[in-house]
Amino acid sequence: MSEHNTNDHKNHDHGYGHYILIWFALLILTGLTVAVAGIDFGNLTIITALAIASLKSFLVLKVFMHLEVEKRVFTVFVYTSLFFLTVSLILLFSDYSFLQG
Amino acid sequence: MSSSTNDVNVSYLDYKGKHSGLLGWILSVDHKRIGILYLISMMVFFTVGVTFGFLMRLELIAPGRTIVDPQTYNSFFTLHGIIMIFLFIIPGLPAVFGNFFLPIMIGAADVAFPRLNLLSWWLFIIGGLLAIISVFLPGGAPDTGWTFYIPYSVRTTTNVIPALIAAFILGFSSILTGLNFVVTVHRLRAPGMTFFKMPLFIWSLYSTAWIQVLATPIIGITLLLVVAERTLSVGIFDPALGGDPVLFQHLFWIYSHPAVYIMILPAMGVVSEIIPVFSQRTIFGYKFIAFSSLAIAFLGSLVWAHHMFTAGMSGVAMIVFSVLTFLVSIPSAIKVFNWVSTLYKGSILTDPPLLFALGFIFLFSIGGFTGLIQGALSVNLHIHDTSFIVAHFHYVMFGGTGFGIFAAMHYWWPKMFGRMYNKVVAKTGFWVLFVGFNLLYFPMFVMGWLGMPRRYYDYLPEFQIYHMLSTVGSWILITGLLIMFINLFNALKNGKKVTEENIWNGETLEWSTPTPPFLFNFKEAPTVESGPYEYKRNEVSETEVKEEKV
Repeated sequence: MSEHNTNDHKNHDHGYGHYILIWFALLILTGLTVAVAGIDFGNLTIITALAIASLKSFLVLKVFMHLEVEKRVFTVFVYTSLFFLTVSLILLFSDYSFLQG
Repeated sequence: MSSSTNDVNVSYLDYKGKHSGLLGWILSVDHKRIGILYLISMMVFFTVGVTFGFLMRLELIAPGRTIVDPQTYNSFFTLHGIIMIFLFIIPGLPAVFGNFFLPIMIGAADVAFPRLNLLSWWLFIIGGLLAIISVFLPGGAPDTGWTFYIPYSVRTTTNVIPALIAAFILGFSSILTGLNFVVTVHRLRAPGMTFFKMPLFIWSLYSTAWIQVLATPIIGITLLLVVAERTLSVGIFDPALGGDPVLFQHLFWIYSHPAVYIMILPAMGVVSEIIPVFSQRTIFGYKFIAFSSLAIAFLGSLVWAHHMFTAGMSGVAMIVFSVLTFLVSIPSAIKVFNWVSTLYKGSILTDPPLLFALGFIFLFSIGGFTGLIQGALSVNLHIHDTSFIVAHFHYVMFGGTGFGIFAAMHYWWPKMFGRMYNKVVAKTGFWVLFVGFNLLYFPMFVMGWLGMPRRYYDYLPEFQIYHMLSTVGSWILITGLLIMFINLFNALKNGKKVTEENIWNGETLEWSTPTPPFLFNFKEAPTVESGPYEYKRNEVSETEVKEEKV
């Protein structure tokens, strides 16, 4: 991967093995989501579910959507969006946490 | 960029492409024609929205039943809100003037995705028609208010689902426009046009586009969840099924408060264009205005829960959102300060665009300050859901964005159509509109403070004087609107022909294109060497004045 040219995406052919590896990782994480769904973590339940989902999204964005080989500006755009989403979620769930507390 | 062939070096109004007549417009991917399509459709929806508002005010002129029953009145304010917000104010400036002028002002031939742009307009029309159709379908017009609050929007038997789907489709239109603008600004700027050489209208559109892209999907999925709640009883929002209605309010306002900034930011951009041109001065604090647009877009996305202080939030969250609300006023105040400072010692020309821009500053300031009053938690509890809120909202949205749209119309109309309106009539229209506006909405501040609830069909006799004044104000306001629009549309046929490129002595790129612009905007691809408001040659420094006196 380190050989990739970040200014064009002619050379982003990972080969199938790489994609299959990521696919397996996504399947394992999906299984983990199902497995932890039955466990009560209290206030951490939502955070656990969102953390696994975020990791899966990260893998999809990075590998399947070729963010790792795209220009830097696309990465900035995606992380700006994620930052906005994260701040919104923190504010939203802080209300619920304090209500329950 | 510009083509050397003669067939494209004609006005976009005269260009004959693959299709002609009506098809030449509704299938055109030219950003200017799409802007005009939005203008026409928006004006139709605006007329419908004004009609509902007029009827609503007429009903309220006296206590008890005046012209309609309570259910019809509920539909009136619902449709007035949905149409005015989703079909007039949100698309008003970005879709009409953004589409028309964003590529021109950055020196491009079109937006980055012209076909996507046309798709946005078609989605806008489909969504708009669905909203109108929902009035006439069996079941009756939706009566939830434009906010679709749970649990009423799940309980009512009126046509809520078509209205929800309409808003969902309109949201997609908005997202696609925002996406197009972000990419266009990044990819298609003319050689030499750095970000800090972009006109401030473009900065405001760019900030707005980010909100459109980031916040609109949240309302989209939320509205779909309400549809799911109504049809499948899934129990997300409905308390009877174990859902949480406050969660709906959170999700609704996560979009709908930033949406207020989608509405106001482009209007601020228009004012930032007009003020330097009509005072012939370099804008004061360019970078501050540019960054304040981004700051408003960012902070404005984090204040949504100030709509919910009485809804049962935690005390901690209320304090956080109250503080954030106060913070968002800072970049807005920076803009007002810079506009006024630009006017200071300028060679001010009181042409119609400047009058509307000054109207914006005055009315928006009243709207902004009364917003701060509501940001304080204790006061908010007193005035929540009163007509004080209605007055504040209309001062910001109509007095702000509405006057911004009218300012843009008077500023760019000659460039768009090559015809000049009657300036005396335009000024008369402005003053009638201004007086009518204040008479219509200011009494709402007073009666709201005294306890008049919003959305009520009936009221106590002591409020009648305020309602009477407000209704009379609506008649004056509509007279002003008629004067203004008849003058503008009359100009299309009978107005003095404008052929010169730069009638207002502007410095931004649209004033170096032919009037009306060519199909690909410029005769030759422009190269940008200086900032957008270089009026220094017209300004005489104090040192020079002293030297002259000596």
